[in-house]
Amino acid sequence: MLILTCPCCGVAGEETEFAAGGEAHLKRFGPGSDDDQFHDYLFMKENPKGVHLERWRHANGCGKWFLAARNTVTMEVYGTYAAQTYEPPKEIKDKISAKVPGWSWREFS
Amino acid sequence: MSDAVSPLNGAKYEGFVTVKAMGLQGMITFRGDLSAAKVKKAVKTVAGTDMPGQRECHMSGDTGVAWMSPDELLIFVPYADVDAKLDELHKALEGQHFLAVNVSDARAMFHLEGNGAREVIAKLSPVDMSPNAFGPGEIRRTRLAQIPAAFWMPDTTSVQIVCFRSVAEYGFNLLKTAAEPGSEVGMFA
Ligand SMILES: [Zn+2]
Repeated sequence: MLILTCPCCGVAGEETEFAAGGEAHLKRFGPGSDDDQFHDYLFMKENPKGVHLERWRHANGCGKWFLAARNTVTMEVYGTYAAQTYEPPKEIKDKISAKVPGWSWREFS
Repeated sequence: MSDAVSPLNGAKYEGFVTVKAMGLQGMITFRGDLSAAKVKKAVKTVAGTDMPGQRECHMSGDTGVAWMSPDELLIFVPYADVDAKLDELHKALEGQHFLAVNVSDARAMFHLEGNGAREVIAKLSPVDMSPNAFGPGEIRRTRLAQIPAAFWMPDTTSVQIVCFRSVAEYGFNLLKTAAEPGSEVGMFA
């Protein structure tokens, strides 16, 4: 069971109050992109054993989207942050580094 | 004219707390920039209370205002006054980017009364209902079993709940089951 703190309304709620929304920081490829880019955007998702960055929605709550950094093995939640960001904030990266030295996820580490 | 009635028309259940389906209540969903001075002023005029902070709920009787999300409020006014209050909002905020809609007939409201009120909610929602975690003045949007709901505490032994009208009966049955005599847990006693 995950406990996530919604950065939009401040509620620390358990998993059933939220809806998982897949991988965070997706770069969208649509009109104008080539077939390989579009294929990768649609199908080539990260599915790591360890550090993961995800989108979540406070579905049974304030209704807002946010991003979360967590560990798929230990179920530890490193932190949640605004959906309006291009990369995880420094304090969250630092927290992950303290627990999982040398971690990387796509272009972030 | 049709005769407006609330979803369960005042149904009542006496368990270890009293569960009551409440009558008609005017409700306005408001979306906009809650930090804008004009919005604060207009809301205060209509709801008669200051803009609530994060997860706060300022209620007195059937008027008040609850914080629903960083850009959303639920404004409570007497049922008969909704149209007039909406006009007031629209006049006061002309030219502003906002949205205000009458949702009175799209909601159901319940009232729990009694010492076990916290416990009834705790059985149905993933929320810490201990007195040091939740109390009067706050609103919590969450779920009651399988339906979205929001609740607040008018005082330390009562809880008021709003949910969608389409699931009013499900909500009422949940509350009845959770309040059944003999099913007290005594967690917060
Ligand atoms: Zn939230």
